[in-house]
Amino acid sequence: MAAISGKSAIVGVNEYPKRRDPTVTALQIHALCAKAALEEAGLTKDDVDGYFTSGVGGMPTVAMCEFLGLRPTYVDSTSIGGSSFVSHVGHAAGAIASGLCNVALITYGSTSWSQLTAIGTGGRAQGDYWDQFEVPYGPTTVGSYALAAQRYEHEFGGTVEKRAEVSVATRKWAQLNPDAMFREPLTIEDVVKSRVISSPLRFFECCVISDGGGAVVMTSAERARDLKQKPVYILGVGEAVSHTSMNQMADLLTIPAKVSGEKAFRLAGLKPADIQVAEIYDSYTITVLLSLEGLGFCKRGEAADFVKGQRTAPGGAFPLNTDGGGLSSNHPGMRGIFTVIEATRQLRGQRGKAQVKDAKVALCHGTGGSLSSGATAILSIESR
Amino acid sequence: MTTPSTGYRKPIPYVDEVSKTYWKGAQRGELLVQQCKGCGQRQFYPRPLCAKCWSTDLEWLRCSGQGTVHSFTLTYQNGQPGFREELPYVFALIDLDEGPRVTANIVGGKPEQVKIGMRVSAAFDWISPEIRLLRFRPV
Ligand SMILES: [Zn+2]
Repeated sequence: MAAISGKSAIVGVNEYPKRRDPTVTALQIHALCAKAALEEAGLTKDDVDGYFTSGVGGMPTVAMCEFLGLRPTYVDSTSIGGSSFVSHVGHAAGAIASGLCNVALITYGSTSWSQLTAIGTGGRAQGDYWDQFEVPYGPTTVGSYALAAQRYEHEFGGTVEKRAEVSVATRKWAQLNPDAMFREPLTIEDVVKSRVISSPLRFFECCVISDGGGAVVMTSAERARDLKQKPVYILGVGEAVSHTSMNQMADLLTIPAKVSGEKAFRLAGLKPADIQVAEIYDSYTITVLLSLEGLGFCKRGEAADFVKGQRTAPGGAFPLNTDGGGLSSNHPGMRGIFTVIEATRQLRGQRGKAQVKDAKVALCHGTGGSLSSGATAILSIESR
Repeated sequence: MTTPSTGYRKPIPYVDEVSKTYWKGAQRGELLVQQCKGCGQRQFYPRPLCAKCWSTDLEWLRCSGQGTVHSFTLTYQNGQPGFREELPYVFALIDLDEGPRVTANIVGGKPEQVKIGMRVSAAFDWISPEIRLLRFRPV
């Protein structure tokens, strides 16, 4: 185990409960969630000396610290897409373990539903140099994931029927979450018969578009033991980046999860079989399959078999995305923070009907961009 | 050679110092990639150095224009002007016979007939007075 392992803990979390809220702004969500997460921890804004966020303006932490009245001495606006907030957990763990800060606050807020943002299908404008070799051809976010899904079908014979297991299992978890955006029953046939968005990916294989956000508060393991909540310790973290243009992705079926996961497991001194509940960014069904393989839960090409027969549904052998995930619960644009919030609540034993029994070790994993980045965190109720 | 299009509504590439040789080649109907004199690596897109060994000693290699479909998607939803009128269009990754992988649309056939492993050939279409854009057609 590495020096970072077990040295910090999550002591407060909060998730904005509404999925469609035209009365709220993204900045309000940051503020309300930050306040609630600190209150849950039994800390105040004046305790915060480390602040982390992404997705707000050109200087995210500067802008948000002004807005929230924070004056931290450690800030981090790492922006690697939807995985950013899992990455922030890793960076906060390192900063706390090395004494660079003691109370870290991570916040996120977005109103994609209210603003009618076409997250996956909006098409891209030219901004950066490399765009001239991709944007003229009409890339979309879902299209990038579809390239991987098409290749997956070609190499391993995975089909929409097989990928649909993920959508259906995730919907079952959403039915146990009163806040989830979509809770109606969903069948394999519903997924298979839904319209193609970007072949081979279909409508019910794509995450929802919602409003929302959340906050996470972390501190040192010692201080955590004196606070209001049962501490959830950070045992291992890892992150990786690989490409932004799909033509630069060396292997469409090996995502950054492989590198970030190996590092997180190594730092934690654990292996995939030790994980009792997993929260894995499910932007699309294919994202889940490639993440399960990359993180080492199954071998390359075996994820479709791994999720077969509703193994990831409530009561299944591998509880996955127990809040209903991005596929059914919420996806305001960058959902990584929700994997951390849900894993924390599971480990505290606060999930009611959706509680995974005796869960002591959880894995959070975020994927950002077009399979571009990965960030992994392994959490436990025991500091070890 | 097609004539410059007037009603073209899709994004037109911004050419800069690093990429201008590539786009000059495209004007002549040539598909150019960089080859590193240090390690032999061939790369697309162009850069001021070799992304593998960081040598700045790079030369341009004219490719045959022949390639194989590595993966593709039929895009059924994209609200952008120019694309929304052409749904479904084929967004594809092509492995050039010379090695590098490029992004392009596959045109000149039924989108539903595109398959991974299919052989395709480069074609260039004028989309503005300065820009001739790479596309691929089934062989
Ligand atoms: Zn080189």
